[in-house]
Formats: sequence, structure tokens, C-alpha cells
Amino acid sequence: MSAGAFRTATGGRIDRTHTLRFTFDGRPLQGCAGDTLASALLANGRHLVGRSFKYHRPRGIVTSGSEEPNALVTVVRDGGRTTPNLRATQVELYDGLTAISQNRWPSLTRDLGAINDKLSLMFPAGFYYKTFMGPRFLPENWAWTKVFEPAIRRAAGLGRAPTSADPDRYASRYAHCDVLVAGAGPAGLAAALAAAEAGARVIVADEQSEMGGSLLSASRGAINGVPTAQCAADALAQLAGHARVRLLPRTTVFGYFAQNMAGLAERISDHDPSPDPEGPRERLWQVRARHVVIATGAIERPLVFSNNDRPGIMLAGAALTYLNRYGVTPGQRAVIAGSHDGIYAAALDLAGVGVEVAAVLDTRADPQSAAMAAALDAGLPIRTGTCIVGSRGHLRVSEIMIGAPMADGSIRDAGRIPCDCLLMSGGWTPSVHLFSQSRGKLRFDAAAGVFLPGVSAQSETSAGACGGASGLAAVIESGAAAGRTAAQACGFGLGRARAYRVEGILEATEATGHVNAPRLPQGMAKAFVDFQNDVTSRDLELAAREGFRSIEHIKRYTTTGMATDQGKTSNMNALALVSGTLNTTVPDVGLTTFRQPYTPVTFGTLAGMARGDLFDPIRRTSIDGWAQGKGAAFEDVGTWKRAWYFPRAKEDMHAAVARECRTVRAAVGVFDASTLGKIEVVGPDAAEFLERMYVNAFKALKPGRCRYGILLNEAGFVIDDGVIARLAQDRFHVTTTTGGAASVLNMMEDYLQTEWPDLQVWLTSTTEQWAVIAVQGPRARDVIAPLVDGADVGGEALPHMSVCEAKVAGVPARLFRVSFTGELGFEINVPVGAGRSVWEAVAARVEDAGGCAYGTEAMHVLRAEKGYIIVGQETDGTVIPEDLGLGWAIGKSKADFVGRRSLVRPDMIRTDRKQLVGLLTRGRDVLLDDGAQVTSVAAPAKGTAALGHVTSSYHSSVLGKSIALALVRGGRGLMGQRLHVPMPKGAVEVEVVSPVFYDPKGEKLNG
Amino acid sequence: MQYSFLNLVRQGLSGHQDWPAQWRSPEPKTAYDVVVVGAGGHGLATAYYLAKEHGITNVAVLEKGWLGGGNTGRNTTIIRSNYLWEESEAIYEHALRLWETLSRELNYNVMYSPRGVMMLAHNVHDVQVFKRHVHANRLAGIDNEWLSPEEAKAFCPPLNISRQLRYPVLGGALQRRGGVARHDAVAWGYARGADRLGVDIIQNCEVTGIRRDINGAVEGVETTRGTIKAKKVGVVAAGHTSVLMAMASLRMPIESFPLQALVSEPIKPVLPCVVMSNSIHAYISQSDKGELVIGAGTDVYTSYSQTGGLHITTHTLEAIAELFPTFRRLRMMRNWGGIVDVTPDRSPIIGTTPVPGLFVNCGWGTGGFKATPGSGHVFAATIARGEPHPIAAPFSLERFVTGRLIDEAAAAAVAH
Repeated sequence: MSAGAFRTATGGRIDRTHTLRFTFDGRPLQGCAGDTLASALLANGRHLVGRSFKYHRPRGIVTSGSEEPNALVTVVRDGGRTTPNLRATQVELYDGLTAISQNRWPSLTRDLGAINDKLSLMFPAGFYYKTFMGPRFLPENWAWTKVFEPAIRRAAGLGRAPTSADPDRYASRYAHCDVLVAGAGPAGLAAALAAAEAGARVIVADEQSEMGGSLLSASRGAINGVPTAQCAADALAQLAGHARVRLLPRTTVFGYFAQNMAGLAERISDHDPSPDPEGPRERLWQVRARHVVIATGAIERPLVFSNNDRPGIMLAGAALTYLNRYGVTPGQRAVIAGSHDGIYAAALDLAGVGVEVAAVLDTRADPQSAAMAAALDAGLPIRTGTCIVGSRGHLRVSEIMIGAPMADGSIRDAGRIPCDCLLMSGGWTPSVHLFSQSRGKLRFDAAAGVFLPGVSAQSETSAGACGGASGLAAVIESGAAAGRTAAQACGFGLGRARAYRVEGILEATEATGHVNAPRLPQGMAKAFVDFQNDVTSRDLELAAREGFRSIEHIKRYTTTGMATDQGKTSNMNALALVSGTLNTTVPDVGLTTFRQPYTPVTFGTLAGMARGDLFDPIRRTSIDGWAQGKGAAFEDVGTWKRAWYFPRAKEDMHAAVARECRTVRAAVGVFDASTLGKIEVVGPDAAEFLERMYVNAFKALKPGRCRYGILLNEAGFVIDDGVIARLAQDRFHVTTTTGGAASVLNMMEDYLQTEWPDLQVWLTSTTEQWAVIAVQGPRARDVIAPLVDGADVGGEALPHMSVCEAKVAGVPARLFRVSFTGELGFEINVPVGAGRSVWEAVAARVEDAGGCAYGTEAMHVLRAEKGYIIVGQETDGTVIPEDLGLGWAIGKSKADFVGRRSLVRPDMIRTDRKQLVGLLTRGRDVLLDDGAQVTSVAAPAKGTAALGHVTSSYHSSVLGKSIALALVRGGRGLMGQRLHVPMPKGAVEVEVVSPVFYDPKGEKLNG
Repeated sequence: MQYSFLNLVRQGLSGHQDWPAQWRSPEPKTAYDVVVVGAGGHGLATAYYLAKEHGITNVAVLEKGWLGGGNTGRNTTIIRSNYLWEESEAIYEHALRLWETLSRELNYNVMYSPRGVMMLAHNVHDVQVFKRHVHANRLAGIDNEWLSPEEAKAFCPPLNISRQLRYPVLGGALQRRGGVARHDAVAWGYARGADRLGVDIIQNCEVTGIRRDINGAVEGVETTRGTIKAKKVGVVAAGHTSVLMAMASLRMPIESFPLQALVSEPIKPVLPCVVMSNSIHAYISQSDKGELVIGAGTDVYTSYSQTGGLHITTHTLEAIAELFPTFRRLRMMRNWGGIVDVTPDRSPIIGTTPVPGLFVNCGWGTGGFKATPGSGHVFAATIARGEPHPIAAPFSLERFVTGRLIDEAAAAAVAH
């Protein structure tokens, strides 16, 4: 025997000649190529692999798939690649794999946390809601936050998060197809073949490394005379031959969203011992399918009895998979128990490889089936009308207790059976997760005791066991039919129907809701329903006793179904138990909502490539490279990088900004204003449209002139501003704030399309089309005049707030005479492709004129010296134009504009609203904090209402003092008065002054 | 039976057979003094305080589904009071003080855990806004402190403060008294508390109409379980408030959006506090069970569907994975949505309505859980007295007429 004492000599889909070494909790072990970690551990006789969440009970491998509740491990890889909470049943073995168990200390076999199991009478469902509130002599919450909660947190959790950053890459793709097939078992493969043969584009996704599903686990039976496993291989080869079919193994359809969009998680490299470091680890697929075939099969249910959780107790179907697919036996002496024919197939297969079958226990009194007859013929010890009532064993089951259900509901002791493994089957639950996620309505099939797909909400078909089909023949038939239906739904012909003839099958996958849950004797014994979260039948009874009726309440109170397996093995058992306890039906108890993801999805997969600089696109202006060359510091403004200041040798930010400000005021400065939002508003009704959007009168604006526009929301509050130029009767060049570019365009489109569809106006975002070079300062005209061709830039021809078209440095430009500094100023708009060259021409002349480039910080200081507002700084969504001293901008004779009605509401016309003022500190160098509060007294009592707050605060090198803008209640009436700005180290006294600190008459603007 | 360690031990010895139902499941009576519509946290708290503080015990709480099944059981349980405007500070601080004593008040451990709520700043504007909050809160006597990136990292070790981040952490505002609580326990604790004081909690009872007398005043509600008379009706139905108020011909200034949240698989303790990043849309804490609890932003379009788009989830996890690169290999275990009711100024509406006897408490948007005790407390007083409690008064429906809005969102770019 190779790679493990419990490996069969032959059979299975593993490669016995290819031995793989791995370690589990430090112990070196061997497996075979094709093994999962779970099958390799079982081959070595290891059932114990983990500890449960609450009671730290020893737990073994229960399933062979993604529904595994117990066998969670951490797979250790090099720096940052360690992953906790992986299901051993899904981890593909590779040479050198290192796995460790979780939630135990100091070791898996001796876990101190198991004390919880001994004290479990103190820990029923929801115990924490009833205690930890005292002791009374301590302050409220003291003991909870200092003692109990930390202890609970330490005890909870499963694996540990990695301690260094994940170095792996994750990819993402979008795809469209006609038919998406979720699951490549017999139904899915038949559906995919039928759809592909009808001509549809098909994507087939299956969560396992090898496609074929249950066909790979069957030991007998044939389809059209070909053994089942070979059938899967044949079908896959045919599908691979279709150019329009994409096969995605190791890919879970985890979510079914609106408009037939599915989320798929593809695992690409975790099974590789040395993955390509440049390649992705996993990939997110977002697939839009015209039709979805859900072929996700069914999940076997455990039996609920006392101590049903010991290592060595496993689902019968899982044991079959381990035996027939991986060549692994679960033990030497097995008991097989259940309530349907599937147990006989398992028993026969195990007996066939020499496992001693100690007993086959059928809860049914008189089963009468071909499967049982076959087992009887083989001489297996069958006991009907018998159930399991308990188990014994330390770290592994060693004996089971059996009983006979009596007519009065009691159970008569029927003895004990020594064994080293118990294979159980409580029936199969159709995997209706994706159907339910698609918002389809489930129906309860009372005969089978399961929920099945009912009314569809989207274009999908459930095929095979998840749609209620039972037995391989029916499963394949429903798959093939679903594939043809799907193709037809996509407009393809029905195509040729294949004939499938299934023979020699014993395996049964009937869905059945019967739950083996005898009344349990009093005492310590626990019958687990949710293995991972340690929810017992008693917990469910307690919840019902305490008045919880809805399954949603019971789930939340007991945490059943909330573990990492999301109730895949436990939900139906819980429902059946609760409905029994409450004496009602399963549908009356209800079903919890199936939420995506079907199985957990890596954060990295969902985040995809959006990391580092790709987290959000970086927007840079055409002049950005020049600024970088000059050593500028940058700040993030929305998605833009803007030059913040241009430090020269030994200058800090403060010194650089001071120099830039002084230079602009004394000579000239050049500023990259390209990030300003720009919208071209064109059409016969363009003026009318702007008249309705902005507070200002635009119909009266003459072509060639500009106006400072203020935009309000419907509540009357300022949300954006900018200079708006009329280029022609029917054409405006609108500018917005940098941050408002997109939202203002959206708002305009919203109004245009929904409120005023009659207006003939077209809106085009031109933010990215124009580079904007602002030249500001007393020498601005001297700088640009020689570069301008085709326009007179003199004060009379091009006065403040006007615009003309001209060539600047040989490039067609829109030349604005505007100022955001209070100085003589121009803004040169040139096509963005010419931005850099025009900028360099201008900047060279600026430098010659004794000027410099300045950044956003100097811009802020310069505008604050003039009392110009910045939306988002002087405004905060509660400020109306009058508050800012901008009431003059409102077109008084206008019939209407957005927000107008709100401006006459009682609160808007109060005279004591907060108004924009300037504040000066006594000490010229004392700088107020942005956002500091303004009060009337120096030492306000706690809870004193503020008069207002500081909106902007800078040191002005030009004025030789600190200046601040503030919104202060009734501020314009407080000029010259003293107020206070409380700071942590005491209040700062301030004087209320005009918000215009520099050139209050505005003489420098003109000329 | 009182909940206590002693009783837990006693019951443990007898197999927990004698715990009584946490609340009754009564048939509705034909008339009550007050009917509260909606058995979420706010509605149940309202009923509790009506009975406890105002002696009005003849109260029914009507719930169309199961109690606590709406946003109470779907949110990310963040509690804080460091709001900007004085009106907001007052109500959220009122709530926070009630949180601090709520477990003993209700004799139900709601697991209030003041582990600190840290809000991250990623650009100069964020810094200015959060510092303004710190100043305003200090004046109001509410704890809120500014942390440098290094201090933020010390408080929350897995946080990535690299300057190389696309939007690096420039600092954070920390409210140490902020934290989380167990959301279901809040609903159940109030339900049990109200029930013990005589309040009837009637689940699976949907209100289908609001009855009014000839003067227009409320005289009861029509339900799927018959007519129930009451002179006072308080509607506390979050996203569905607009639907209910329309039954009394009132149009509410509310839009409803799906808001999503998700949890990871449980891991051992790794994140000691609550971290919020408004500008890149990520909210995260770790539950006592070990799950990372992550909040996303709202969908862009209005909807009553309790699921949101996958792109909202991926966007949130992009941010989480950047801020916490060691979490990138952890996995999303469960993802769900709720419907949030959003007013024009993102602040709630609490108070009287133009319909005599009809009261409303709604519009909590994305941040209502933290207010649960305070909201119920002042709403109960408002219903009992027939006039707004002083803390509730600024949140009147009338403010949309007068223009006296309380806009936290616009002020701070914070909607949570």
C-alpha cells in the first residue's frame, strides 16, 4: 500500500506512483497525486483534524466537499501566503504542503479549551445574553469590557489572520455567454452538451479540480454501456472540442445577481507547490448569461443523535467518495446507518474492499428495495427498524449505541456495536442556494421533506438533484432537458436529443426530510445539528421554549447555520427539529434567506486588481510632468493630483507658499487650473437653461463676457460655483469646482432630461479637453501680451470678466480675463495636447518677469486674502448665497432657478444666520485651527452653543499676519467686536473684521 | 425570571427547562392607548420607554414580519456620538449615555463594547472636516480626539499607514467611548423589557391602513389581523415609512436605498476597534465571534430590494484590502443588504405630524442603530406628551418647510 495504511490497493482516481509528502501539525505524512488534504489524512488514518468553535470538541472529517463544517485547517506558505480556515476537503494536496489545525491549545489532542465542553451546562444557546452584566458593586460594563468580553474574544474565532501583507495577485474578468452551467456533475454535463450542440455559447463552472461530480464517486453502473467515470471524461472531451464552450474547473458560482449576472470565483494557483509569482492566485468572473442552468446537486444530511460528532463519524456519501475516488477506506470496522437506499451501496462498496461491515442500520421498518436485497445477498448484517442513540470514544468513535423506535415514540435499548467508523445518511438536501439568490420562490415538497425550486424570477432552470430529480437516470435526463431549454431560450433550435441509458446503479440520492432525532435522555449528551458552531438539538429546543418562533430568530439566537459552512449540512435538520418542537410544519417555521456567497470568497478576489495606484485611477494634467520636474509637492483632490507648492532649495512648505504668494502680488505667478470642471453648454435654449440652473441672470449676459455663477441645490444651499463665459448667443463655457465636475454635469443632465425636456440644449464635459493656465499678478498682461495673436488684451478690449478667442503661443485658445487672486489675471484655455508647450512658453516669460509657478496652497491663501470662498470650505451644505455676502449675484428679476423657492423659507430670511466674516488674532502670528469654534466667552461652559466656526485660516506673508475666514451667527453685525476661539490650551481672542483683507476696493482687478 | 449568573447556574443544573419565553405572542386586543408600528430596535425601545417612563403600558407594537428583522438585524452596529451639529450631538450623546447602562437597565446583555471608533482622513479636506468635528465636540463635552497616522496605527495595529497608498492615511478622529453592540440583543432586550411591562408585541401583523375620524385625527389602524383602535399611533418603520404614511395621505421626504454589509469567516482577535473611512467607503470592526464586520456604501439607485449590486461589495473590499493588506486572504462568508430611509439632510425625522395622533420616527438613513435607545426614549416622550421632546424638537418634519435643516452629510461628507 502506498501513502497510508488506509489506502486501497487499486481503484480511485489518484496516482499511487506519485507520492507527495506533507505535514499536519508538524507530523510528516504521505499522500498521492490527486488527493485532497482530507483524503490524504484519512488514508493515514487521521480523522481528528480540528476542534469545534464553542466547546472545543474533537472533530473529524464529515464530508468530502465544500460543505465541510469541521475539517478547517490553516495552510502555511511563505511570507504572507498563509491562509486560515481552509476546508481540508477542498485543499488539493501538493508536495511539501504544510497544514496546521486550529482553535486548540496547546495541541489538537490535548486542548485546554475543551474545559468548555465539561462546563457546557453553563453555555446553552444565548447564555451570554443572560449574564456578564455584573457584578453589581462594579461600574456598569466594567467587568464586561475588561474581563468577560476579552475572554470570549480570545476563545472565539477559528484560524489566525496572516501577519504580513498578501503578496499574491488577483485577476478579474467579465464575460458574456448564452448559457452558464453551474456545476459539472451528471446534470450539468448533460445540460452543457445539449446547449453546446444546439449552438449556444456555454460556460461551465465547477468548484472541484476535476469535473464530473458524483460520476467520479460511483463504483458501479454505466451510461449507454460506458462506466460512469469514463462518461464524465468523454463528455468533457466533447465539450472541450466545442469552440464556443469554456470549461472552468476550480470555479465556484458564488452569487446570482439581478439581470442574470453571476459572480464566479476561480482558484488558479493554490494547488500548485510553486506557483508563478507573476500569475494570479484567484480570479473573479462576472458573467452575464442569457440563461443559467443550475446543476449544483444535493448535500447529504447528518443524523442527529447523542455525540454524533466524534471523529470517525462521517457522511455515507462522503465515505463512498473517499473510497471510489481517492482509494481510501474510513476505517477497519464500519457501521452504516440511515433511512434510505444509499446506505446499502456504501456498505457493499466498503465490504468489497475488505472493510468489516459491523452493521447496516436502516431506520425504516420494512424497506423492501433492490439495494437492500443486494446487500442481503452479499451477507451483510442488516438491521431494520433500528436507529442510533449515541456513540462512545475518545478522539475517535469506538462504539455506537443503538435502539429500536417503539410505537409510543420511546426508544428501546438495542445494544452496542464496536466500530472505528460510522457512516451516516439522513437523506439529501437539494442545493437551491443559487435559485434562491436569483429571487426565485422556493416551494416545500412535503412528501420528500425538502425545499425545491418553485417560481422562477430570472431566466434559469434548475437541473438534476438541486431541482428535485432523484436517481442518476432522472438527473441526466433533467440536465439534458435543461440544456435544450436553455439553448432554446437563447434563440437556438432544440437540436438533437441524446439518449441516455443508465444501468446498474444502486446509489440513491433521494431527497428526504426524515430526521433521525429521537427524544434524548437527560444528561450531558449532546446531539449536534450545526457541528462547527456547536448548536445542539437542546439549543434549538431552548430557543423555541424562550419564544423564538421564526427560523430567522432561532438562527440568530442559537447561531445555527451561521458558521463558515452557512448551514449546508445543518439547516434542514434544524428546521425539522424546530418544527417538531413547535408542533408545526417546516414551511411554517420558514426558511432563512440564502445569501451569497455560496462558499466563502477571498477578499483579494473581490478586490481584484484595484490595489496600489490601480485602486483608483490617478488623473494628472498635461502640465503635471513639468511640475514634477520642478520638484513640486502634490495633493490629492478627488482623483486628481494637483501641484500643492513648489519648494526651492531648503524651503519648507510654509516658506515656499509665502514666497509664491509674495511673488504673485508683487510680480506675476502662473498656476495650473486644468482640473477645474468644464462643461460646454450649447443650443438655442442654452441661456434659458443656465438661467434656470444658476442663481445669476444669464440671459442678459453678452457674448464675450463672463459671470461668476452660483449653483444651489433644491434646498437653497450653495453646492458649486465657477466662472461662466458666454462665447456666442447659443454657446457657454461653464466652469465648476474640481470636485464638482461630475456631479454638476449629472445634475444638469437630470434637470434637462426630466424637468425641462423641451429645452434645446446639449451638454458636453470638456474638463479633459482644455488645459487651463492661469497667469495672475500685476505683470500678467506684460507676460502674455507678446504670446497672444489675434486679440487685444488691453484693459478696454478685454476688461475684467470677459473672454475672447485668440492664438496663444501659436495655439488656438479661449482667453479669459478672470482672477481668483484679486490681481490682474488671465486664464488661457488651450487644447490639452498643447497644454505643456503653451505652459512652458508662458512659464518662461513669467520667470523672466520675476515671477514663479504657484501651487494650490498659495492659491488658497491668495483667494482667502481677498475673501473669495471655496465651495466645501466656506460652505458645508448649510450655507445660502446671502450668508456669504453673495446675495448680489442672485438675478432679482428672475422667475425661477433651482433652490429659489427654498430661499424664502422662514429660516433662510432670519437675520441672525451664520455669515461670512474675517477674524484677526491679536498676536499676528497666532494661527487659528481650521474648524475651530467661535464663542462669545473665553471659557465657555460645557455644552455652550457655538456662534460659528473658522472655515479657513492661513498665515498671510503679504499682509504680515494670520488671517481667518469664519461663519459667525449674525457676523456682519459684529464688525469690530471681540470674540473667542476656544482651543485645548485656552481661548484665543479674535476681532471680527471684513472677510476682504486685501485690496478691499478691488482696484487691482481692473486696469 | 431575572437573567443573572446565579440563575444561569441554577438553570444549568436543571437542564435549562424553566426559562420562560422572552416575550409572549399575544393575540391583538381591539384597542390600545398607543400603537407603535414597526418592531425594530427603535419601535421596541419606544414601547419600552412608554411603559417604563410614562406609565403607558396599554401599548401594542405591530410588526409585519419578525421583530428586529429589518435594519436592526442588518447593520454593522457602530455606535458613536461625535457628530458635528449641536442638534445631532444632543441626540446621539443622549443615546450613547443610555447605551452605557443599557444591559443592566434591560437585564439583557446587549454587549455594548466601547472599543473606540476611529474615522480616517485621506486628504486635506478630510483633515479639516474631522478637526472641525473635534473642536465642535470638545465644546459640547463629547470625547473626540485627533490622531496622527502613527497614533492611529498604534491604536489599530493592522492598519496600513504607508505613504505609498493611493489615498494615504493622514490621520484620524477617535471617539474612545464609541464602539459596537450586539444588534439582535438590543431588539430582544427591549422586546423582553417591554413585554414584561405589559406591552403586546404582535408579530406577523401588517398594517394595511390608518383609520381617521371625521376631524382627521387618528383612531386606529387596519391590519392583516383586524382593526386595532388607538388614539395615538407612532410609525417607526424605517424604509417603509413612506408607504405607511401615505395611508394617512402624508408624503414623506424620504428616499429608500439598498445598503450592504458583509462578514468574513471568524478569525482570532486581530482588529481591536472600529475603523471608518468615509472617503473610500469602508467600515470595519471585529465581532466577539471573530468575524470581520464590514459595511459598504449605498447603491446609487432607489430600491426596496434587500440586496445590492456586486460592484458595491467589490468596491468596499478594494478599500478594506488596501487599508488592511493582511486581510486580503481572508474570505467573505456572508453578504446581505438592508433598506435605508434617507431624508434630504440625512438627519432623522422624529415628532408629530399634521395628522393629529399620528407620530413618526424615521429617516435614520445609514446610521440609525447607534441612536436606538435615544431615539426610542425621546420618541416615547413625544408620543406620551403629544409634543416634541426638546432633543427631538429640531428633528421635526417641519424643518423641511422652515429650511432649518441639520445636514451632517454635506458638512462632513459623512453619511454614517
